[in-house]
Amino acid sequence: MSRPVSITLQNSQDGIAIADAIMADNPEAERKPFPAMTKIDCPGRLVIRSDSVSLLLGREWDPQEIHMSVISLSGTVDEDDGSFTLFWRQ
Amino acid sequence: MNIDIQSEAITPRRQTFSHIARRFGVDKPASRYEEATFDVQPSANFHYRPTYGPEFELYDPRRTRIAMADWYVFRDPRQFYYATYNISRAAMQQSFDDAVGFVEKRDLIAGIAPEWRAKVEGCLLPLRHLEWAANMNCQLIADWGYGTQITSAAAFCGTDRLGLAQVISRIGLVLGDGSDEKLAAAKTLWMEAPRWQPLRRLVEDMLVVRDWFETYTAQLFVLDGLVYPLVCDAFDKAGTPHGGAPVSMMTGFLADWFADNSRWTDAVINAASGESEDNRLTLTRWIGHWGGRALEALAPIATEVLGDLGPAALAEARRKLSARIETLGLTLPKELAA
Repeated sequence: MSRPVSITLQNSQDGIAIADAIMADNPEAERKPFPAMTKIDCPGRLVIRSDSVSLLLGREWDPQEIHMSVISLSGTVDEDDGSFTLFWRQ
Repeated sequence: MNIDIQSEAITPRRQTFSHIARRFGVDKPASRYEEATFDVQPSANFHYRPTYGPEFELYDPRRTRIAMADWYVFRDPRQFYYATYNISRAAMQQSFDDAVGFVEKRDLIAGIAPEWRAKVEGCLLPLRHLEWAANMNCQLIADWGYGTQITSAAAFCGTDRLGLAQVISRIGLVLGDGSDEKLAAAKTLWMEAPRWQPLRRLVEDMLVVRDWFETYTAQLFVLDGLVYPLVCDAFDKAGTPHGGAPVSMMTGFLADWFADNSRWTDAVINAASGESEDNRLTLTRWIGHWGGRALEALAPIATEVLGDLGPAALAEARRKLSARIETLGLTLPKELAA
């Protein structure tokens, strides 16, 4: 099994929407609720699509806004206009 | 001494309000938008009927011909509640302020050809009276409408319309070098110029419509759906050869606002038409009636600005509205057919 990547988000309006989008787009992701935060683990690779988050928030969401909701993350980050991806280099 | 810090997870006993939990389930945290809009409408225990209309309760779904089993299907795709609405509109206001500041600082208005400047004064500035009427109509929807989802969004839209009237007034002040003379002249045009009277009459007839959903359809879907493409696309493009770009900088915001608002109006009309065949027939009849009148009322203004190209520009606006009507699953009324 590939090493898990993970991201921890605040339970804010934006954070919950990002977590919901991750769960919808990454079938293998596992969501763990903590007080005031949510940790999501996913084997290998985790993608956050700005389209999915925008749809849930009802406004244009820029992947750079993720830094206002992130508490912690582990994995290599690949970021562009449409998505924010976490993975491990082989 | 050794201090051992432990964390203890405290499970909240409730995730949200009971009325939201009854709709979405008890174990799901609701978004602010959902908490602010779903099932907030008072629906029982009204003591006195309003003296101005004793045939209805204070809040009554029978104030419109549109019938819905559930009035909470008009979800606003923008999810506006107080905070999101203000954040979004503050950004819009800022972009408009920046554009006007840029135009004023560099005195770009001086570069516009005088004949085009006169056209802008005669055709854009009177529209602030149209925006004011739209504000009145939105507030009527907020007052007589049923279901917080639609009434709160309508109240926000009404505030938008006051803001748009102010935006147009500000452009008038820029064109008048800080004096209100252009605005006063535009009001005289609105009140007296023959080419504006059909539109003014249409707007005044719309103000006295008693069915709030008809007001919604006529104002926000039909009239806006024709006026904005005409003013923001056709008039704007026609100004470019006359050095009209500084005006476009200031009015570009109107097109952004219209695109944003149309997401909401399309969702509302779509939800109402999806409910029943009766609703579809009623909506088609309203769209036909008001669409036909709006096309007639806008024709002299389109011709005034664009000359021979006026009818084609109006036809293009009609085509855009027709395309929206068809994607919403409604029959195109004969008044709007090409």
